[in-house]
Amino acid sequence: MTSTGRTEEVTDVDPDRSSELERSEPEVAGGRPEGFAGRQRLTPESTEQPPAPRPGIVKAGFSVKLEQLRAFYGDAEQVKGVDLEFRANEVTAIIGPSGCGKSTMVRCINRMHEEIPGAHAEGRVLLEGMDIYGSSVDVVAVRRAVGMVFQKPNPFPTMSIYDNVASGLRLTGRRGKDLDARVESALRGAGLWNEVSDRLTDAGAGLSGGQQQRLCIARSLAVDPEVILMDEPCSALDPVATLKIEELIEELKQRVTIVIVTHNMQQAARVADRTAFMLDGQMVEVGPTHEIFTKPKDSRTEEYVTGKFG
Amino acid sequence: MSTPAPTADLSARFGLTAGRRRKDKFARGVILAATILALVPLVLIIYYLLKKGLGAWSSSFFTTDPTGNTFFKNSDIGGIKSAILGTIEMVALASLISIPIGVGVALWLVEYGRNSWFARVVRFFVDVLTGVPSIVFGLFIYIVLIIGTGSSFAGYKGSLALSLLMLPVVIRSAEVILNLVPAGLRESALALGAPRWKVIMKIVLPTALPGMVTGVLLAVARAAGETAPLLFTAGSPKTTTYNLSEFMNSLPVQIYNDVNSPSTEVVNRAWGAALTLVTMILILNLIARLISRRSRLA
Repeated sequence: MTSTGRTEEVTDVDPDRSSELERSEPEVAGGRPEGFAGRQRLTPESTEQPPAPRPGIVKAGFSVKLEQLRAFYGDAEQVKGVDLEFRANEVTAIIGPSGCGKSTMVRCINRMHEEIPGAHAEGRVLLEGMDIYGSSVDVVAVRRAVGMVFQKPNPFPTMSIYDNVASGLRLTGRRGKDLDARVESALRGAGLWNEVSDRLTDAGAGLSGGQQQRLCIARSLAVDPEVILMDEPCSALDPVATLKIEELIEELKQRVTIVIVTHNMQQAARVADRTAFMLDGQMVEVGPTHEIFTKPKDSRTEEYVTGKFG
Repeated sequence: MSTPAPTADLSARFGLTAGRRRKDKFARGVILAATILALVPLVLIIYYLLKKGLGAWSSSFFTTDPTGNTFFKNSDIGGIKSAILGTIEMVALASLISIPIGVGVALWLVEYGRNSWFARVVRFFVDVLTGVPSIVFGLFIYIVLIIGTGSSFAGYKGSLALSLLMLPVVIRSAEVILNLVPAGLRESALALGAPRWKVIMKIVLPTALPGMVTGVLLAVARAAGETAPLLFTAGSPKTTTYNLSEFMNSLPVQIYNDVNSPSTEVVNRAWGAALTLVTMILILNLIARLISRRSRLA
């Protein structure tokens, strides 16, 4: 992305919002970590304003904008030019039949797609106005800002509950003495603290499936991301555990922008502010969730949400 | 209709016929016979090892070097101390060489090389090396380091031959285990913003460690039992040495030499040495099992 493009994007940002973005939020995040250099590289320079402490207002997540995003596996094009905006502090659900490119698209937002051998992406992904596919962008810094929760709960098997949550900070070289506080804050944020506070040294893999998934959410939260991508986070969970995660998503959107891929249309209807319907690598329709489910504009959307196919 | 009585029709459909019963019995019998047949030599080996080997064991058997007095009846033939220590020293050095290199190659193959042409070439050569007879490794070291340099046998040359033998085994077993580490673990660590080398050091290696130890110990056990690579690289001296640049005795070579002796006593010493070697390898395997039981990759 060119520098002119960057300033253009920056002027789009609402001045009120951009000052909120810069503010640290000690109650929730336990203060900004020391190793903050990666994040700063992501922040457009012109939004650098002295943060005015305004208590009571929670830090906002980042907006994400996809522009003509195309994703490939080798020569096969899986995402075929998608334009889509994920608004800050909203939950956006992506629905669509299996294989339509939902997961692939979402994996482009933190550049995990390119980890698959032979895979690459084209187009632009603007994180709060900055193209994360720009040549000078540090992938590792992008991933610190854009966390991810996967379909299958996958706590690190060699680590305790505590170490799992702390792993993100340790792996990114941000230790600090407030580690205990940050682990507790992340576990509280994931609604897991009361269940595990007395057994933090137990193996993370010993928890139930739903607890493991919330542990993974806590692990993502601990590095203080701006956006969390959830790739079918409840598909391996029972209804009770699913409900807990959904309640959690509702809380988390106060802090971060959430993108959730789901096969479960009721889930999209329950948790999402906006819903996007994808088909065969293309974005068919995006809109407020209730509109997508009650009066979709596209006939294919209607057929999908009413269960005629998919 | 609560519980209808089975009709003739249904019992014809679900009933087990006598022919099927016979075939089942026959097939089971054949498989059982094959199992027993395979057990016979295994049990016999252990039986003879214990019967002959235990007779040769005594406290001085482990604490004295073999002597040269093997042709005269009732002369003191000594024990196998130099052979035990030589095997331990040479295998230890061979492990020090081959394990770090082998694990490094496996890491590169799994984490970086993946399916690139160079990785495929490496895998091909590793496979070829796995199938190379052990005497070829000995021959290679003999030609390069003994004929080539005009020098004599030495313990470290034996170690080098053993490490060449171990290398493909270590690479292959470590690669298999590293591939078992779920991709999701790497992905979630990468998605947390961890650099790849840290993902490997802090997530992949600790997860794979118990499994890798098993494979590595099996390679060690294989090296400890090899005669051929040592015959013309390390020699077969009688005395104990801790200097790896001198000739160095080893259990397999000691056994090889003793079995050729006309003296029954010396042949018995070979049995004792064989039992010692088997016991040492058994202990290694037990350790490997204990460690792999703690493995988190099932």
